[in-house]
Amino acid sequence: MAAQVRVLRQRIRAAKSMKKITKAMELVATSRIAKAQEQVAASLPYSRAITEVLTALASNTRIDHPLLTPRERVRRAGVLLVTSDRGLAGGYSSNAIKTAESLLARLRADGKEPSLYVIGRKGVQYYRFRNRPMTACWTGFSEQPTFADAREVGETLIKAFTAGVDDGDGDPGPDGVFGVDELHIVSTEFKSLMTQVPVPRILGPMQIEDKPRSEGILPAYEFEPEAEALLDALLPKYINTRIYAALVESAASESASRRRAMKSATDNAEEMIEKYTREMNSARQAGITQEISEIVGGANALAASGSEV
Amino acid sequence: MAQQLHVELVAVDETVWSGEAEMVMARTTEGELGVMPGHAPLLGQLAESGQVRIKVPGGDQLSYEVAGGFLSVSDKGVTVLAESASPVRAAQGS
Repeated sequence: MAAQVRVLRQRIRAAKSMKKITKAMELVATSRIAKAQEQVAASLPYSRAITEVLTALASNTRIDHPLLTPRERVRRAGVLLVTSDRGLAGGYSSNAIKTAESLLARLRADGKEPSLYVIGRKGVQYYRFRNRPMTACWTGFSEQPTFADAREVGETLIKAFTAGVDDGDGDPGPDGVFGVDELHIVSTEFKSLMTQVPVPRILGPMQIEDKPRSEGILPAYEFEPEAEALLDALLPKYINTRIYAALVESAASESASRRRAMKSATDNAEEMIEKYTREMNSARQAGITQEISEIVGGANALAASGSEV
Repeated sequence: MAQQLHVELVAVDETVWSGEAEMVMARTTEGELGVMPGHAPLLGQLAESGQVRIKVPGGDQLSYEVAGGFLSVSDKGVTVLAESASPVRAAQGS
């Protein structure tokens, strides 16, 4: 009996220390969500402004840029997958990977050869463990992405995309590099604190919406330098902005997902502590009851034997 | 006193400065340029590590070191897009 009580006491202690850890992680994740949401909000003015500028530019020039024109034949498609660096975030990374996998399957069914770019240690581990090739991977910034990270990723993708212009069937073309003809990104959209959904999106070639010309005649813009040179400089920046936005939103989703996972872990620990405490109390009580009945039984036996004598 | 110019200076991760100004001076890849109210719509790429100077009402001038920037002038005002922007020691009103 005493042994059982001791075991239960040990379990309660273990559950209590686990609860402390998960509670702390929950609090950290909560503060990270707020920070990530601030970052999302802070990046909005820039992305709105660059979209405005691009729209103005596109409606004033003939659009003829490799980043804007869909390729006639898409042989290879680049997929950028955003996952987390650390685990304990519920299904965050595995959901993103699952979405990416279904996108890859769809691309293969269309006869496109996917080439994979992965952000986040969890995704990298997944593909490395299965010995599946990745074209490039980046780790270490999934929770707090900076624009420099996004730029590094963006530059790699744009290089691959421009290298894909001259690719032939099974031949890398004059530049000797296999590029990609399409760019996709799989990142997790932050819908609310409770829902985060991984979504595949197309990054390139970009589609520019033709705005209905309700505002009358569009202003005739002056360009410095030429519109083509400007487009050349602006489009990669726009892609970087898109990637940055995806990274920041994914970071918010990751923290929200981790917060939820840690919250339920804490709740479970509480439940377990309660259950074990009840068990321990009843075990202790049973022990006491047994001891009393042993004493009473012993006394009765003594009294009975005494009266016989 | 002419009407004023609405200026927004936005970096990738924050709005650096926003408000009314009398004039914006910047250097594009083609050359130095100043924008005053009523300027024709313009899109320009700023010279690398150029300075953007904003003349605010009252004669003061704000200077920012801007990297990877673009300048957009429309009927709504002036928008300076920057990858990064940091204030330079406030220059004296010229």
